[in-house]
Amino acid sequence: MSADSNSSSQETPNPAVDGSELIRFDKVTKRFGSNTVLDNLDFSVNSGKHVTLIGPSGSGKTTILRLLMTLMKPDGGTIKVNGEYLTHEVKDGKLVPAGEKHIREIRKNIGMVFQQFNLFPNMKVLRNITEAPISVLGLSKDEAEERARELLDMVGLGDRADAYPTQLSGGQQQRVAIARALAMRPQVLLLDEVTSALDPELVAGVLDVLRDIARSTDITMLCVTHEMNFARDISDQVLMFDSGRIIESGSPDKIFSEPEHDRTREFLNAVL
Amino acid sequence: MMSAKFFENWFLPGVWLTVQITVLSALFAFVVSFVIGVLRTSRWRIVRILSGAYFEIFRSTSALVFMFWIAFTVPMLLHIKFAPMFSGILALGITYGAYGSEIVRGALAAVPAAQREAGIALNFTPMQRLRRIELPQAWPEMLPPFNNLLIELLKGTSLVSLIAVADMTFAGNLKRLVSGDSAPIYTLLLVLYFVFAFILTRVMRLLERRAKARVGQRPAQSGLRALFGGVREKSAIDPITSAGGAK
Ligand SMILES: Nc1ncnc2c1ncn2[C@@H]1O[C@H](COP(=O)(O)OP(=O)(O)O)[C@@H](O)[C@H]1O
Ligand SMILES: [Mg+2]
Repeated sequence: MSADSNSSSQETPNPAVDGSELIRFDKVTKRFGSNTVLDNLDFSVNSGKHVTLIGPSGSGKTTILRLLMTLMKPDGGTIKVNGEYLTHEVKDGKLVPAGEKHIREIRKNIGMVFQQFNLFPNMKVLRNITEAPISVLGLSKDEAEERARELLDMVGLGDRADAYPTQLSGGQQQRVAIARALAMRPQVLLLDEVTSALDPELVAGVLDVLRDIARSTDITMLCVTHEMNFARDISDQVLMFDSGRIIESGSPDKIFSEPEHDRTREFLNAVL
Repeated sequence: MMSAKFFENWFLPGVWLTVQITVLSALFAFVVSFVIGVLRTSRWRIVRILSGAYFEIFRSTSALVFMFWIAFTVPMLLHIKFAPMFSGILALGITYGAYGSEIVRGALAAVPAAQREAGIALNFTPMQRLRRIELPQAWPEMLPPFNNLLIELLKGTSLVSLIAVADMTFAGNLKRLVSGDSAPIYTLLLVLYFVFAFILTRVMRLLERRAKARVGQRPAQSGLRALFGGVREKSAIDPITSAGGAK
């Protein structure tokens, strides 16, 4: 945990530094042209929790993860990670858009796995995993490779270190992508429909790896998925989105068994 | 058709000079291509505007007039004098580098945005993303258009004969002026340019095949198919690879 890295960019000490609140969205707005995708969205995720976002296509789930990963910027509101602003910093008592250096400092706590894997095709599997730890975290090659091999074993691909991504199945590529994200030791892992691009017979292998991670690590997970059984298994909390708003949230038992909202019921009927 | 004296004093040195000028201006143009091409993808608008201006200006001016300008006008204005060969290489490198920057910019733009995003998610710096992800993937894309440009450059080197650099075209002109007979020597020059272009293409195809074969993307072709066969049908989204990257 990097609560100790809470820097001078804070105007007031934040309760989040006790480790309980890892992510906070505060009145976050995101627009694409005239299409307001997120409108004053508030929510928070506590450290170590597994939170699943569900909701119909286009409801803004991916947008939330991409904002957190700093792949796009909010049009309004603020996002905090460990109590520190993600895309803003405080200069002379004023909140200004953050520079690259500040963003990278906060972003190191966050890792992401993409629907389409996005492995680097120009690198072998092992180097896909070691490249960032070596050049970003400054690990030695030996350290990075040792850790990469452990992670590959964990995702069941210990024998494919020397393959190129194109030589692997989609399921294998996605497991490498999970290992690659974990190699950076993020506090929170963002998972955006990581099994949606896979052939059905490959889905279970990837979900098993994620279940394993959820069980055996204290990593926080923010997960968008249509695999409702998986969501029920691993989630501490489920957030139901519709049109960029959280219309219902609660434990998986509550959401899946006795949803309050009509929209939630409709949605679950459609996907289950 | 060619006296031994002409052959030794003008023709052979001319051929050698053409080779030297081609290699040196290609290296210079290559560096310019990468520097300007990368700058044209910069996050900063002002950098994009300046490098874009370089591209627009030097692809639109006549390489020959520019060469005259460096060889004759600059020395007059600044009271410095370049060796004619240096002026030639400078003009060719700057001009063909402008064309080359478009190849580099285009190939970088063709790298899928998802690759950049994966790089951001792993917290690489923009420079690290460029060096380790974007350029290596763009590199095989660049080779076929670089091959075309290289051949254009080879043929363009004959312009230096007009600023009194005794390349092989210069030797040909000399032969015509002295003997009045131009058919054999110019025919020979055409064949020589073709042979040089053929050799360059051969080398570039080799590089391209190696860049791709490195990831088993396509079985390495050999013989005539490698030389004449289309290696171009691949799209930009294909996982393109070359661990070596742009050196
Ligand atoms: N880059 C973009 N440009 C324009 N519109 C976008 C972009 N990304 C997402 N959108 C729009 O934002 C809305 C929410 O998208 P998204 O967050 O991907 O939803 P979800 O992941 O829940 O399906 C959709 O209406 C989508 O069309
Ligand atoms: Mg989505």
